[in-house]
Amino acid sequence: MALLSVDELTVTFTQRGRRDVKAVSGVSFDVDQGQVVGLVGESGCGKSVTSLALMGLLPSRGVRTGGRADFDGTDLLTLSPKGMRDLRGSQLAMIFQDPLSSLNPVVPIGVQVTEILARHRGMKGEAARREAASLLDRVGIPDPTRRLKEYPHQLSGGMRQRALIAMAVACAPRLLIADEPTTALDVTIQAQILELLRELVDEEGTALLMITHDLGVVAGLCDQVNVLYAGKVVESAERRELFDAPTHPYANGLLGSIPRLDAPRGEPLRPVRGSINDTIAWEDGCAFAPRCDHYTLECLKGTPALEEPRKPGHQVRCVNPVLSDGAAGLRESALPGPDEVPGTEADGEGGPAVDEPVEKTEPAEKDAAVGTAGTAEKEAGA
Amino acid sequence: MSLLQLNGVKVHFPVKKGILFDRTVGHVYAVDGVSLSVEPGQTYGLVGESGCGKTTLGRAVLRLVDITDGEVVFDGTDLAKLPDEEMRRFRRRLQMVFQDPLGSLNPRQNIESILSEGMEAHGIGADQEERRERIRKILARVGLPAGALSRYPHEFSGGQRQRIGIARALVLEPDVIICDEPVSALDVSIQAQVINLLEELQQEMGLTYVVIAHDLAVVRHISDVVGVMYLGSLVEEAPSDMLYAEPRHPYTRALMSAVPVPDPEVEDNRERILLTGDLPSPANPPAGCRFHTRCPWKQDTLCTTDRPELRDLGGGHRVACHWAEEIADGRISPTHNAAQVVPAGHEEHGGHAGHAGPAEAGAVKTEKAATAAE
Repeated sequence: MALLSVDELTVTFTQRGRRDVKAVSGVSFDVDQGQVVGLVGESGCGKSVTSLALMGLLPSRGVRTGGRADFDGTDLLTLSPKGMRDLRGSQLAMIFQDPLSSLNPVVPIGVQVTEILARHRGMKGEAARREAASLLDRVGIPDPTRRLKEYPHQLSGGMRQRALIAMAVACAPRLLIADEPTTALDVTIQAQILELLRELVDEEGTALLMITHDLGVVAGLCDQVNVLYAGKVVESAERRELFDAPTHPYANGLLGSIPRLDAPRGEPLRPVRGSINDTIAWEDGCAFAPRCDHYTLECLKGTPALEEPRKPGHQVRCVNPVLSDGAAGLRESALPGPDEVPGTEADGEGGPAVDEPVEKTEPAEKDAAVGTAGTAEKEAGA
Repeated sequence: MSLLQLNGVKVHFPVKKGILFDRTVGHVYAVDGVSLSVEPGQTYGLVGESGCGKTTLGRAVLRLVDITDGEVVFDGTDLAKLPDEEMRRFRRRLQMVFQDPLGSLNPRQNIESILSEGMEAHGIGADQEERRERIRKILARVGLPAGALSRYPHEFSGGQRQRIGIARALVLEPDVIICDEPVSALDVSIQAQVINLLEELQQEMGLTYVVIAHDLAVVRHISDVVGVMYLGSLVEEAPSDMLYAEPRHPYTRALMSAVPVPDPEVEDNRERILLTGDLPSPANPPAGCRFHTRCPWKQDTLCTTDRPELRDLGGGHRVACHWAEEIADGRISPTHNAAQVVPAGHEEHGGHAGHAGPAEAGAVKTEKAATAAE
């Protein structure tokens, strides 16, 4: 059984007199020992709220959680505050995005690290200080004994993040949650921190839940990747599979949006149109439909289910998945019949192809995004 | 002829101390001798990490900060010595797009007022009606509805606000637009929309851009020429593709190897040069080559004593490294003295460790034989 098994997690923010906001609406994933699982998405997709829910850090008022999150047989969502305090820091640990605001500015680093050792490992005095120094040394902070006496503002951004990681690994947690651990850092420092996290996973067998918006970081670090959109997992696959064959139009669009360092210059980007504000409720259909270039009326018939149109283990929540690796046969079998959408012969090219957008605003981008599959489909329809 | 030429531009900020009398106790050498030229219709990309002086340099071109020394020649006129009023008039031709789209728009002004203010100041358009007509055209071009005119900045999303910032620059018909981190505050899908918009506008209107960003992938994507900055000076400058194919400065190579590429195949197989330590403080920069405290290829001679000048290696490739050729040929190999990310007790304090943190001696971890790459 997986170390952490999240099943249909929902988080709803409620406020009297206002409509409820469903930040997370049914997220499921597993994390195994020694595995790095990525949660990827843009702002507002619910990735951080998921991590806060798992750590029991959401405020108790005005928040409703549902579903299950089994950590080694214990449901984290229903655990008492006392039970949660015992787990947090020792079994579960978290690294936050902004290292300066996650450290107490008026307490020396050493005290902040030894606090955890005292709470969970009962260490005191000189022994705790020695252990704290060796932890700082472990995460690559030079001259650790001197650093123990320093305050957070005396450390650089990279050092602060290292100190936070030292605190997180102080009790050898079995699950580490890293919420955008490198977003506030420069790339060369980011590379150092990612290397450190990779070492921790390799050497200690810690399970790592990596929350990030950066697909580049995911490509280098994660074993399993979950792409989130509007509070639901829209695609989940093993790392190589996801990058080789992004199948959900959103995942596909995200990859097309990123300027790649190794791509030849002059190749235009293929952005996802619209913004996160153009979202419909999952109950009414696919939340991504208003921004999707493959959108058909089929998309508005309730929440699409997670299916495996390509390979077992590669889950996609989409009615009209992009199967853009040129495998036209595969694509045909995955698509519904081409007779359901009225009035889509917009450009008079071929028959009523299913993946013609009903609302066609940016034809150039659409063509690019559909890529080879679109052409294949048109040929098939003609 | 170059449209914009910078010759030895320096921007030093005084560090003051004292309660009653301000004494200048030192300087922050934010920009310390940068020379570069931007051709008309081109995009010049400035890239570097935080604190390298790229933003200050951009602001210095518009004289939004005082230039300590050097020339900024725009279309034959040295802006650095221009009286304030004349400079103000020149700013119509040199516009800026800022990083934080919300922070750079006045929350109490509606979009029409924001966009027409600059036109009024520069006497463009006979009356408000004519100006409004022009604003409508530009708004449509940057992809905003005409109804936006009477709305306020908070009513727009981040991407739309950045479009407003771009429209504000465009209504004045500038020659050069300086984009300071134009997309770093935006989500990736929105980022791509704005990047594409900037590229389309350049093609249609023949604009010249100076794009300042920390993201090397973004800069490389939109720039014709890329300049890499480190601690106040240019360390390397080359046409975009050449820089990627043959980075010559050790810092550029390290920077490039640190940028994550969204492709597992590439990520698993590429050379990784992990720099140790942090950027030294620009108030107390190291002597000699400013990168020598973190450089894996540091040599005992020259590096610590002589500051390298930008040298032309041919084909528009300029690099500020004493040993660029030797490193490229593999005659100098990086020091393999780091088995861990940062070796224990491997701290070397020069006089340069400022508040930014310690700068350890250059230690490198190369997962492949780094020099074999070329």
